[in-house]
Amino acid sequence: MSRRLLHGTFASAVLALSGCAALHGPQSSAMGNGVESALIGRLFDAFLWVAVAVYLFVLAYLALAARRGRLNRQRGDGIQGEPPGGAEPGWHLGLVTFASVTALILFGLALATWFTDRAIARSAAGKAISVEVIGHQWWWEVRYHDPVAGRELRTANELVIPAGANVKVSLSSPDVIHSLWIPNLAGKQDLIPGRTSDLNLKVPRPGEFRAQCAEFCGLQHAKMALPVSVKGPADFAGWYNAGLATPPIPTGGLAFAGYSLFIGRQCASCHNIAGTPASGQVAPDLSHIASRKTIAAGALPMSTANLDRWIADPQGVKPGNQMPQVPLTDAERGAVVAYLETLK
Amino acid sequence: MSDGKASERTYLRDGPDLTGAPLHDKLLATWQDRPGFWGWAGSVDHKSIGRRYLVTAFVFLSLGGVLALLMRSQLASSNLHLLGPDRYNQIFTMHGTTMMFLFAVPVMDAMAIYLVPLMVGTRNLAFPRLNAFSWWMYVAGGSMLWIAFVLNVGPDAGWFSYVPLAGPEFSPGKRVDFWAQMVTFTEVAALAVAVSITATILKGRAPGMTLARTPLFVWAMLVVSLMVIFSMPAIALASAMLMADRMVGTQFFNSYEYGDSLLWQHMFWFFGHPEVYIIFLPATGFVSEIVQTFTGRQVFGHTAVVLSLVATGLLAFGLWVHHMFATGLPRMGYAFYTAASMAVSVPSGIQIFCWLATIWTGRPRFTLPMLWVVAFIVTFVLGGLTGVMLASVPVDLQVHDTFFVVAHFHYVLIGGAVFPLLGAITYWFPKFTGRMMNERVGRIAFWIAVPAFHLTFFPMHFLGIMGMPRRVYTYPGGMGWDTLNLVASIGAFVFAAGVVVFIGNVLWSARNGEPAGDDPWGAPGLEWATTSPPQPYNFPHQPVVLDATPLWNPERAVARGLRVEDREVVLTTVFEARPDLREPSPVPTLWPMIAAAATTVLFVSSIFAPWAVVIGSVPVAIALIAWFWPKDRSHEGEPVVD
Amino acid sequence: MASAPPTIQDFSLDLAPLETHAFGHRSLTWWGIVAFFLIEGTAFALAIAAYFFLMDKDSAWPPPPFAPPDLLAGTLFTILILLSEIPNTLVKWAAEAYDLPRVRRLLVFIGLIGAVLMVLRAFEFNSLNVLWHQNAYGSVVWMLLVLHTTHILTDWIDTLVLAALMFTPHGTEGRRFVDCSENAVYWRFVWLLWLPIYVLIYWLPRLVN
Repeated sequence: MSRRLLHGTFASAVLALSGCAALHGPQSSAMGNGVESALIGRLFDAFLWVAVAVYLFVLAYLALAARRGRLNRQRGDGIQGEPPGGAEPGWHLGLVTFASVTALILFGLALATWFTDRAIARSAAGKAISVEVIGHQWWWEVRYHDPVAGRELRTANELVIPAGANVKVSLSSPDVIHSLWIPNLAGKQDLIPGRTSDLNLKVPRPGEFRAQCAEFCGLQHAKMALPVSVKGPADFAGWYNAGLATPPIPTGGLAFAGYSLFIGRQCASCHNIAGTPASGQVAPDLSHIASRKTIAAGALPMSTANLDRWIADPQGVKPGNQMPQVPLTDAERGAVVAYLETLK
Repeated sequence: MSDGKASERTYLRDGPDLTGAPLHDKLLATWQDRPGFWGWAGSVDHKSIGRRYLVTAFVFLSLGGVLALLMRSQLASSNLHLLGPDRYNQIFTMHGTTMMFLFAVPVMDAMAIYLVPLMVGTRNLAFPRLNAFSWWMYVAGGSMLWIAFVLNVGPDAGWFSYVPLAGPEFSPGKRVDFWAQMVTFTEVAALAVAVSITATILKGRAPGMTLARTPLFVWAMLVVSLMVIFSMPAIALASAMLMADRMVGTQFFNSYEYGDSLLWQHMFWFFGHPEVYIIFLPATGFVSEIVQTFTGRQVFGHTAVVLSLVATGLLAFGLWVHHMFATGLPRMGYAFYTAASMAVSVPSGIQIFCWLATIWTGRPRFTLPMLWVVAFIVTFVLGGLTGVMLASVPVDLQVHDTFFVVAHFHYVLIGGAVFPLLGAITYWFPKFTGRMMNERVGRIAFWIAVPAFHLTFFPMHFLGIMGMPRRVYTYPGGMGWDTLNLVASIGAFVFAAGVVVFIGNVLWSARNGEPAGDDPWGAPGLEWATTSPPQPYNFPHQPVVLDATPLWNPERAVARGLRVEDREVVLTTVFEARPDLREPSPVPTLWPMIAAAATTVLFVSSIFAPWAVVIGSVPVAIALIAWFWPKDRSHEGEPVVD
Repeated sequence: MASAPPTIQDFSLDLAPLETHAFGHRSLTWWGIVAFFLIEGTAFALAIAAYFFLMDKDSAWPPPPFAPPDLLAGTLFTILILLSEIPNTLVKWAAEAYDLPRVRRLLVFIGLIGAVLMVLRAFEFNSLNVLWHQNAYGSVVWMLLVLHTTHILTDWIDTLVLAALMFTPHGTEGRRFVDCSENAVYWRFVWLLWLPIYVLIYWLPRLVN
């Protein structure tokens, strides 16, 4: 009996350790790239060690109990039937000790939790950059607020923040509940219609990460990702200013043909491109789409071929999403793609 | 009150003058069901109803299991196209809904319905017709839901059906309505069973079975039944509010009209958290009974175990907000729920300590039921530890809504409820059928299922930490998730094979198993004092209980004086179990089935037309009045002495 | 490993002298009724909690421009249902005294009161000054009133059926008197539950603004 237990424990340990190796990645909570995720990661480690210790204790208790019990049976020892009242005082003491130690351990874990919470809250203090993320079925609208008038930046399906700074992300949704989860950087927060909640980000070093919606929000919940880019302060400023600039309207060639199509067909009724008549509010802002790394909230990597594929058959890529199939010939579509690629 | 005619009657009663075979013949005539389909349909015998609950629950387990295999096939690798998003979302919704509403609670109810009257030493449950009614309601609700699913109008908003996604604007059509109404069916069924079980345990115990002498499984079911009574109204009300929002335009959950989508979450989880303990606590009752029998001693710390059951039941009502840690509620409030969610592990830990102490100090026999208990400990404890992790808000904010949670709850639900259930079925199978399950096949099933379970669900902890969210129909490549998902999917199929072997063993052994006597395991409980399977009347004479382990006591006592030509049980006082009343027990009748049919028409048609709520109530009222209208007078106006 | 056959069949306890019906908590019916109290009470407690949850926002309650419900019908209803406790208690005492003629008279009388209450309830619905679909306030007020109406409607019909039953030969059976006593207890639950709902629907909106 106890040998089987030993084998089982060994096997589990191997399984566990083999998993540890692969915990890194651009969408992993184990990386601790942000101040909050680092603090949480340490707290999790503490819980993990306690859990391993407790689990080993229970396994040992089980193995010893089985062994002792088997001896009892062989020797005709042990208690049978109903023990008299007041019997087994040693075991009762053991029970009380066990319950007390459990409670103490839990208290310690609760204390560790409280300290982590405080540290997270303190890290968020101070002046912050203010960003608003609005969740939609199944894309992310992102608005940067700047106290200086005329410096509001609107974009979609990308979140870019400066390293080393406090970033306060306020979250809301006009449709269903979503959840913004950037595991490398912080815990998640839900985007709930009728409420606004906050997520604080503070990331010491630049890096590229991936976030994903973490609250089931319908058909394409699985493909509602958000690339998160943390840039050095200078790079961030450069990106921000480029984002504020109005993209030039093409003067000729394929791009101009694409521009005309974009304005003339349904595209403009849903999408917004700064400096053009296209001012639709219900779909992602495309003013600087060419500078983004993915299309359709992480559904496809950005490339000419993928832009073409997306416009040709949005329902094929992301069945059920809100973008209709716009009737365009191959040549027309090529022109639209060429235009979109100028929107850096 | 009494009329003159009755005082002239004498009644045949059991006793030293009427015992053995002649008594058996009389009792059989009084208590057995009529033959054929209508006899079965009108049965109010708790054993018949318990058996059908068990079979139905396992049918739904199998259906839910197939859905799991479909999901694991789709997720075995990145970017697979076996299932599109619409079908996948229906499948994961149906999997959770089927397992939670149509399997987990009903299967525990099944065991309780069958075992509780036998364990407390009475002939039937209190309110036997209500019990029969509950099974018809359960089957009707489950069937309605599955028919909708097969017709591609199954619910697709998750088993928890969050608004606004599940509301009228974002889930048009009838899909979510089928889900919400299925909830109504199953809640009515579960509440009916809870009322029946509570009254049986408090009033129907054998004379001498004080609360201190009451078996631990019975205690567990008492706590669970009270939990059902206090938690299920929450979801019944919530699902009614959801249907009202969807069908008659109320604004409960519409934040644009002063409503609040968090109201749904609070109400759902106020039910949802106690629900998982409603599933878990009966399993702890199984473990206590099995450990007691196979160590040969009463469970150590009997009082501590009872108090732990009660404490868990109470604490369970104070945890629900831990499902909402990411919704942005005040952090100060969250701290309370962290503390309570951690504290609830203490009583469960105490139970485990006591079981292990029992094994340590007793003479354990590691039969198959005990092996399932070992699997339970090894699995459930791990799940409980990840539960403590989830209780911490910062940790939860990372792993909430990821595969880490999927791993956690499968560890506690399969480890904590299904493993004990499989042990319990193996243990009580001889009592239900009169035959033993095949030991070798049973061990094969065990050694396939238990390791495969870990192979399936352990990797999911890592997937969650590595960023894989829940409820996704596919995931991109290059995330490092592919291998772990493949391992989990393979494990799922192997686990399913183990379950199939178990079920096959049950089916085969029911006809071909080695015949078992009354008490093949040498167990102490009253249920083993009957034949295997028990007679329709359970006990020939009313047992009288002298201690907590009746069959380990060479001294046995029975009472005399119950009528044998009419159905009669004895009611005792709540604490001391002193005999108090003789209670007539209802005879078989089709009215519960008819009432359930009328209620089914009411519930299903109100999905399609709100006015059906009013019109459909009329047949239900008529059926209920006919049900309760007294039908015969053979037991009325009885004088105190013949 | 079967256990030894029992060595004693005692028979010293004789159950024949026990009665076959009793009032109050000794009867199973009482336990069934109490269980239903707990279930319905919990449902109402949650509905009331939902009311407070929705009310606890920044805006006024009821949301403008809606006015609170008119007081007349609801207050008349409340007064009448409180008065109905008098015949209700009388019927309980009569049942426990096995006084069949009195039980019959009182049950019919209570049935008639129930009819008047249902009429008043209809007027209440008409004077809520908001419809269920206009906003969440309207939804929750209608929900409370509909829930209670279902409650009182089922008990009223129960009472009518019981009254009819007491006029049949079954009316002489001891267990039927227990049913009458339990029905009276249930009626108490119906009006007790009404009181907080009355305050919530009619007075709270007037007191918070």
